[in-house]
Amino acid sequence: MRIDLEARTSRSTTLELLAPFAAFVIAVLIGGIVVALLGKSPLQAFSVYFIEPLSESWSLQEVAVKAAPLVLIAIGLSFCFRAILWNIGAEGQFVMGGLAGGIVAIVTHNGAGQSLLGSSWIVPAMLLAGTLAGVAYAMIPAYLRVKLGVSEILTSLMLVYVAELTLDYLVRGKLRDPNGYNFPQSVPFDDVARLPFLMEGERLHGGVVLALISVVIAGIVLGRTLFGFDVRLVGSAPKAARFAGFSDARLTFAVFAISGGAAGLAGVCEVGGQIGQLQPTISPGYGFSAIIVAFLGRLQPVGILFAGLVLSLSTIGGEGAQISMKLPLDMTRAFQGILLMCVLAADVLTRYRVKIVFGRRA
Amino acid sequence: MSSQMIELILITILTASIPLVIAAVGELVCERAGVLNLGVEGMMIMGAATGFAAAIQSGSTTVGALVGILAGMGLSAVFGLLVIFLAANQVATGLALTILGSGLSGLIGSGFVGLKRESAGHLHIPGLSDLPIVGRLIFGEDPFVYAAVALVCGVAFFLTRTRAGLTLRAVGENHTSAHSLGVPVRRIRFLAVLFGGGCAGLAGAYLSLSYTPFWSPGMTAGRGWIALALVVFASWKPFRAFAGALLFGGATVLQLHAQAASVGLPGQLLTAVPYLATIAALVVLSLRKGRGSVAPAALGIPFIPER
Repeated sequence: MRIDLEARTSRSTTLELLAPFAAFVIAVLIGGIVVALLGKSPLQAFSVYFIEPLSESWSLQEVAVKAAPLVLIAIGLSFCFRAILWNIGAEGQFVMGGLAGGIVAIVTHNGAGQSLLGSSWIVPAMLLAGTLAGVAYAMIPAYLRVKLGVSEILTSLMLVYVAELTLDYLVRGKLRDPNGYNFPQSVPFDDVARLPFLMEGERLHGGVVLALISVVIAGIVLGRTLFGFDVRLVGSAPKAARFAGFSDARLTFAVFAISGGAAGLAGVCEVGGQIGQLQPTISPGYGFSAIIVAFLGRLQPVGILFAGLVLSLSTIGGEGAQISMKLPLDMTRAFQGILLMCVLAADVLTRYRVKIVFGRRA
Repeated sequence: MSSQMIELILITILTASIPLVIAAVGELVCERAGVLNLGVEGMMIMGAATGFAAAIQSGSTTVGALVGILAGMGLSAVFGLLVIFLAANQVATGLALTILGSGLSGLIGSGFVGLKRESAGHLHIPGLSDLPIVGRLIFGEDPFVYAAVALVCGVAFFLTRTRAGLTLRAVGENHTSAHSLGVPVRRIRFLAVLFGGGCAGLAGAYLSLSYTPFWSPGMTAGRGWIALALVVFASWKPFRAFAGALLFGGATVLQLHAQAASVGLPGQLLTAVPYLATIAALVVLSLRKGRGSVAPAALGIPFIPER
């Protein structure tokens, strides 16, 4: 038996639209088998993971709130991945963004620096600091790749650990709340250092809006600008792009800046919108889940929006399943891995006809 | 410094390097065949979880190690099927494998958190094992250490001195030429991927059966990624991978001793040493070599045979 791949001569739009759905269904089936092996009911698990979070207003909002960082990071990553550059350290850039934005909030705590300028500049300054910190942190692997030819995969990933340890060190040290009974956390941010909420008393904060805006901007940049054309061309025909005179180095810096900035912005939205203070860890792995979101959304802005909602749904569902079905949270992680594999396999099927030939080769 | 102290430091360096070298040598074979498997961390943590679970259930370290190897191979088989036979993207699929491995290992290990067992037994040769400084270092280690040394020598011999090793390298350098000479490119790549998976699983089993010896979620702590960097650092050569692993082992020991002696540096900085050292090592390597790459020419490129 052997497997033959035959390139499709024309790309089918229907197939490309259907592929992520097929991948999702297959991943759910495999996940169901794992749940059954753990001795739980797959049907109940499906309902807890994917239906129940949709049934109540507060959990619907929770889905949107958790999807926001995923979408924002994945939008940035899609530029990198389209240009076949592998920034897998978005988690670290997220943490650095949150840290930098958090420092602005802590420094201005209790009205410091507000007498002269008022307080309306604080949130914009936080967002700017977070974005710039993410950009700066992403410049390290980009620089090492462009100037020294060092694999951006390994450096960006190693820097995740370094970022997490930096945050941990500062929150337990210099940034700790002096009146916090020695708990490893910063002062709670002032109201003027919190992202505005969309509705009084609700959960949706400004980060959700920023994520939606990023989808629109990415759509325009990719579809309507020369830079977007450049990114797409390098991904699909690297040699042609080089002949056309596009600079590899500049593109590398640009896409790393975009992905790092988006991740940093997501980080500061998380601490300024969701958490409201700095803690030793501020991310449940958003930077890694966003990689799955980017691929599940086929690197398309609108696709990423829906993929982010799906992944967020499964995360909320996973928290529910931990309580109501005693399924460990690792189930969500395992499902995400299975899902990404199915998405990648389905992607192959859109580009090739797969033929399984029985018997010896001719 | 007393001779006992020196002996202790040398032993710690060696044992800290063992998981790295086992995983790195496996990945090295895989990459020499032209396949980049970024899932080492995932296969390693699966090896640690399943190995520990099996050892608890069976009471045997050997069974644990074997199950760890099989778990690594099982995950790598899924990876191989996707990237070799379906030509899926190797980087993304490897990442998926790491995510899957960390999730599955948590599920499997959840019932074994907090359990303890005896670590693997150590060799003891009367007389030899009692020699000063080198006695326990050379003649008093556990079977994993000797297996790792044998693995490095075996892989070095296989790659440079056997016909099969030459074929494997040919597949990694130029799969089209190898294919036209009648070499079953995809089958050889699949076997290389399985070997890499088995090694990663064994490296993980070493962690939970001998190095710590207990199971805790995320216990591989990036060692799989460091092993990947080691392969690059070693220019795809087994003995250099061992030397590199010993350097990293040294960094780990430095960190442990500095922590114990409380030298006034923050613990987080010391914990970050291996990750910073990895980046530094890659930078130094690239400065020394310039841009000329020694990576297998077909690394990461899927092979789709013309019909």
